Amino acid sequence: MAQVQQADQPVEPGQRAGLDPFSALGRRPAELPQRVVAAKVSTAQRLRDIWGARELLIFLIRKELKVRYKSSFLGFLWSFLNPAMVLLIYYIVFRFIVPNGVPDFAVYLFCGLLPWNLFNTAMLSASGTIVAHAGLVKKVAFPREILPLAQVGVATCFFFFQSCILVLFLIGFKVMPDWKYLPLLLFAVLCDIVFSSALALMLGALNVYMRDIEHLIQVVLVALFFAEPIVYAFDSLWVKLTHHGLVWLYLCNPLTVMVLAFQRCIYGSVTGASGFIANYAGGFFFELLGIVLVASLVLFYFAIRVFMRVEGNFAEEL
Amino acid sequence: MASAVEIRHLSKRFRLYHEKYTSLKERILHAGRIPHHDFWALHDIDIDIAQGDTLGILGRNGCGKSTLLKCIAGILTPTKGEIRVRGHVAAMLELGAGFQPELSGRENVFLNASLLGLSRREIEKKFDEIVDFAEIEEFIDNQVRFYSSGMYVRLGFAVAVSVAPDVLLVDEVLAVGDERFQQKCVGRIHEFQAEGRTIVFVSHAPDTMRNLCNKVAVIEAGELVAVNPPGEAISAFRDILLHLEESPELLAGDETEAGTGPSTIPVKIAGSRLESSGGSDGRLLPGESASVVIELELGASLERAAFGCSIFSREGTLVLDWSSSDSFRVPIGRSTVRFAFKSLPLLDGSYTVNVRVEEPGGGTVYARLEPAATLVFAHEGSSTGIVDLPVGVEVAPA
Repeated sequence: MAQVQQADQPVEPGQRAGLDPFSALGRRPAELPQRVVAAKVSTAQRLRDIWGARELLIFLIRKELKVRYKSSFLGFLWSFLNPAMVLLIYYIVFRFIVPNGVPDFAVYLFCGLLPWNLFNTAMLSASGTIVAHAGLVKKVAFPREILPLAQVGVATCFFFFQSCILVLFLIGFKVMPDWKYLPLLLFAVLCDIVFSSALALMLGALNVYMRDIEHLIQVVLVALFFAEPIVYAFDSLWVKLTHHGLVWLYLCNPLTVMVLAFQRCIYGSVTGASGFIANYAGGFFFELLGIVLVASLVLFYFAIRVFMRVEGNFAEEL
Repeated sequence: MASAVEIRHLSKRFRLYHEKYTSLKERILHAGRIPHHDFWALHDIDIDIAQGDTLGILGRNGCGKSTLLKCIAGILTPTKGEIRVRGHVAAMLELGAGFQPELSGRENVFLNASLLGLSRREIEKKFDEIVDFAEIEEFIDNQVRFYSSGMYVRLGFAVAVSVAPDVLLVDEVLAVGDERFQQKCVGRIHEFQAEGRTIVFVSHAPDTMRNLCNKVAVIEAGELVAVNPPGEAISAFRDILLHLEESPELLAGDETEAGTGPSTIPVKIAGSRLESSGGSDGRLLPGESASVVIELELGASLERAAFGCSIFSREGTLVLDWSSSDSFRVPIGRSTVRFAFKSLPLLDGSYTVNVRVEEPGGGTVYARLEPAATLVFAHEGSSTGIVDLPVGVEVAPA
């Protein structure tokens, strides 16, 4: 064991040139990385495994982006078109049919929809992803966490595409974001990704055992959409909630905090933007987001634990 | 030499549900009392596989050999015990698992290889080698869904072997493509062996084992029977098969198609037994002699009777069908008939012997017994197939 093999040893017979560096050849077994398959594996080891599969994550995200719209006529355009239509519908409804009186409503709406869409898309696709990839899960060994995480990755990609559209919107509506709150915005995106990842892992794993989750989540998401101030102004609600002392409850929803942070950064300087968004300083939002991030990380850790616990039986359950 | 794979006290339990409850409603309704029973697919397995070994895992269908392989691969998590694997592992459980029909061959190579644990740079380096091996240069940019099934598995195999793992796990996937490609695959496995890589190989076909493995582990009903060199292990495996066959055999005389034949003459085959020169375990070596003796009961004497027999291999291949050219007179009451096989040059496997009493010249069959006996052959030589034909080699200067 103590003997160290020299690196520039002559090539042994049977050894072909160009073999990968981690192969058995020219190395003693004791030096090779050891992998343990057992009923219990530490969380740190698990996280290292996931990190080791990051290239796979990128391949899977790319595959997902390519495959999703492969045989459709408009193809990739759908990833823009779909949210654009949702935007248009909400705009018409809340601007003309049930006016909510928010100035520059299109911008306001878009600010809220962006972080929401990331979460929404990730949840919808991640909850069913392990069941959908049953063939892979049963036949190939890789950290299964990658599958739901790839869905979050895809949602994040869509988020960035949609952000580009937002820029066009801002130019069109001549709205200038509050640049000094840009870090706040990035912080909110980070929170959104961590939070979505945690829930994606949890839902994806549990859906293997209870296939209802996939369907249930769709309803829950519809309800959850109205728990954030995306299509209505926060102010009127704010007054009522303060009256009952329930603002904290409303802010317990991490998505609300993210949506508010987006609005503070992008929409905050719009003339007529009122109350909560314009009046609070960035620090307040940073604090809220900090709490959200810590909570999301705890949730993520918890999700990894849950995932590890149920993952061993995936191949049997599918 | 250190072990490449150490398996310690490995047990795997499957929960078998009488009915699978996967919806929330059912889960809640049946919470905590879902009817199931535990099934231990593997029980306390201990195996050490030295680096450079090729271990075959031999067992009947459902004995747990694939479960063991999946545990080593990390697809299934053991219920108890642990497995330590040194180095990079790649499992070939199904070729082209995870191929996306919508993507091109090129994209699938990248995706599949990265699923098997190769980094992007390594894949780029090996890409040409993979395409070469799979022999699909001209189609590599076509969508995989337009591939023939042969192209599909060839590409799958090429990707899997390109990983060049320290430990390769193979699950009966070598039978892919045409014969030439199969040779190429086996060649690649031999190459791996020469390079000192460890291979674990699952099969229920003893012949493949003999050719590829230097050690064979026999598994029966989730328990490790033994780890031995191929010859011994294969006879141990045959013993298990034989043991399983014995029980139905005992009933053969009473329950199978014995009894009166489709004729008016009351002929009954009352019983049968095998007399062989083989050992007490009932196994025969190629070339040994054996006799099948049947007892006849006749309600009336039979003036002209002929006898016939046929031998089938386990796969149902007819080895021999024979009818006596002479005719015999069989008296009323009980008599015995002996079918003597002077030499049975048969190779590994079990063979069934069927017998019949018939009219001379192949007319009416008075009675038949199927099977009348089972012959089990096992040898420790290297020949495979059905018949042990004598072969000699001579080398002489020209």
